[in-house]
Amino acid sequence: MYVAVKGGERAIENAHGWLAEERRGDPGLAELSVAQIREQLALAVNRVMAEGSLYDPDLAALAIKQARGDLIEAIFLIRAYRTTLPRFGASAPVETGRMACDRRISATFRDVPGGQILGPTFDYTHRLLDFKLAAEGEPPEAPGHPAEPAPAPVPRVAEFLNREGLIEEAPRDDTPPPDLTREPLEMPADRALRLQALARADEGFTLSMAYSTQRGYARNHAFVGELRIGTVPVEMEIPELGFAVEIGEVTLTECETVNQFTGSKTEPAQFTRGYGLVFGQTERKAISMALVDRALRWEELGEDNVGAPAQDAEFVLYHADNIQATGFLEHIKLPHYVDFQSELELVRKLRREAQETREAAE
Amino acid sequence: MTDYNFAYLDEQTKRMIRRALLKALAIPGYQVPFASREMPMPYGWGTGGVQVSAAVLTPEDRFKVIDQGADGTTNAVSIRAFFERTAGVATTTATHEASVIQTRHRIPEAPLREGQILVYQVPIPEPLRFLEPRESETRKMHELEEYGLMHVKLYEDIARHGHIATSYAYPVKVEGRYVMDPSPIPKFDNPKLSNSPAIQLFGAGREQRIYALPPYCEVVSLDFEDHPFEPSKADHPCGLCGATDSYLDEVIVDDAGGRMFVCSDTDYCDTRQAAGYRGKDAA
Repeated sequence: MYVAVKGGERAIENAHGWLAEERRGDPGLAELSVAQIREQLALAVNRVMAEGSLYDPDLAALAIKQARGDLIEAIFLIRAYRTTLPRFGASAPVETGRMACDRRISATFRDVPGGQILGPTFDYTHRLLDFKLAAEGEPPEAPGHPAEPAPAPVPRVAEFLNREGLIEEAPRDDTPPPDLTREPLEMPADRALRLQALARADEGFTLSMAYSTQRGYARNHAFVGELRIGTVPVEMEIPELGFAVEIGEVTLTECETVNQFTGSKTEPAQFTRGYGLVFGQTERKAISMALVDRALRWEELGEDNVGAPAQDAEFVLYHADNIQATGFLEHIKLPHYVDFQSELELVRKLRREAQETREAAE
Repeated sequence: MTDYNFAYLDEQTKRMIRRALLKALAIPGYQVPFASREMPMPYGWGTGGVQVSAAVLTPEDRFKVIDQGADGTTNAVSIRAFFERTAGVATTTATHEASVIQTRHRIPEAPLREGQILVYQVPIPEPLRFLEPRESETRKMHELEEYGLMHVKLYEDIARHGHIATSYAYPVKVEGRYVMDPSPIPKFDNPKLSNSPAIQLFGAGREQRIYALPPYCEVVSLDFEDHPFEPSKADHPCGLCGATDSYLDEVIVDDAGGRMFVCSDTDYCDTRQAAGYRGKDAA
């Protein structure tokens, strides 16, 4: 005798219990603290803040802990929390020209005013597993600090080209940007909206899109004009005061690419720009974003659409969000037996008819 | 749970969704863009339906959730528990007792009545999506009522297979104007869409679209004069309640591939069994 499956409620509870146990792992080992994750897995924390669109290292670290290190799951936790927060207002645009830089490099000039600052980078490490880290040890020795801190403000590299008229103008624009999290994404998307979507886009997707432009799918000859990482003050206009006050600071990674451009029907030959700006130290993402931004600008620069994926704003923007993507991808594991049943009936019917036709012919 | 507003969403968001719902009801079958929020369940799990339910629920409502026709499937249980926690509304599994019913992939067998709201979870709201992947293009096609591509697709099915090879999410035309995706319900359910006394609301969270069918609205499944639309189901009675008019799930019951057919709508089946109806596999 058949009894329909019931008891989903108990199954869910038990699954959650098991999950909690697995998350903790061997109870004989010390539990990770949120502060340890925040301090020692800082680049994971940065990615969760960037793609979660919420600057809060403690919450991001908590999300990573709760998600057992699955960063997309952690980003999802942050997004779901973020959307419940009240909006008090918007900050004034941050001035990255006033950034206190930990790292600032230019690939286009040997030396630039403000200097090249390597900062805490993996770039020139040899990727050899450091077995000393496997043993608990003393904290590493502090490096010698630079003789003088980088003078602030640090001028922008692209502006040196701009003085000669060699690079496109990027005029100041105070139009309030659209808000992707409060309005549905609709096409065509202007550059502000595209940059907003890219800033929270999946790092892997953005990287691959950028890489595809380098390999010839809408190649745009990017040079890293400047990459800077550091903190900037966040200011907010307080209506009761009538002026802006500093309410905190955030770490940002900003990348401006200088792209070769031979001119088009409408624009003279000059260098053009791609732009990336991301929360935290996230330079792979910021550089990728700048390349994709530049590829998506083909129309306003009068370039040809060569049909490359990275030029296609609908393709890029509708598929860049990893929370949307992973949800829809993974939902196919939910029950679909009603639809599958109707497909079964259809396939049986078509097969039966084909069989009958064949038999009639014989 | 007092940390969150009634039914989870804040009032501003609910107002935004209600505006979209009113617009959708005023233009039946038209997809209204709305600023879908991230919900505490993943996209694809019914975030559109959950947001629509959150926007229409009142404390006096009695809420029912089904997935694949059943109240006991894990995701139905999970969504019901979500609103029990965040809205404290009464719940039920009885179709006739519910004032709001959220569903995935089915329309209940028991006829709906005036005053009830049926909320559908929608994965891909655009019926033309698999013919044209670009949203900018499909919106234009709807504007211009340019549905030739859909008819060509259905015609090609007939030319190739002798039948229209779409068995679920079968496209419909609403009030002679918009072609609409009825969500992935089996085409067996399509006739119930038309002229229903209940309000039918469709929410697609990830795709940020809401659409609706007001009560007593005419909904026609696309077909041809010489190939009329046919709702279909497994050609058996229910093994448990003996119903011949309900949509059936096929259940594999032993290692030898033995199978039986049972109502997908568990409330319908339970109600019939309680009334004394028995199928051939019932105890």
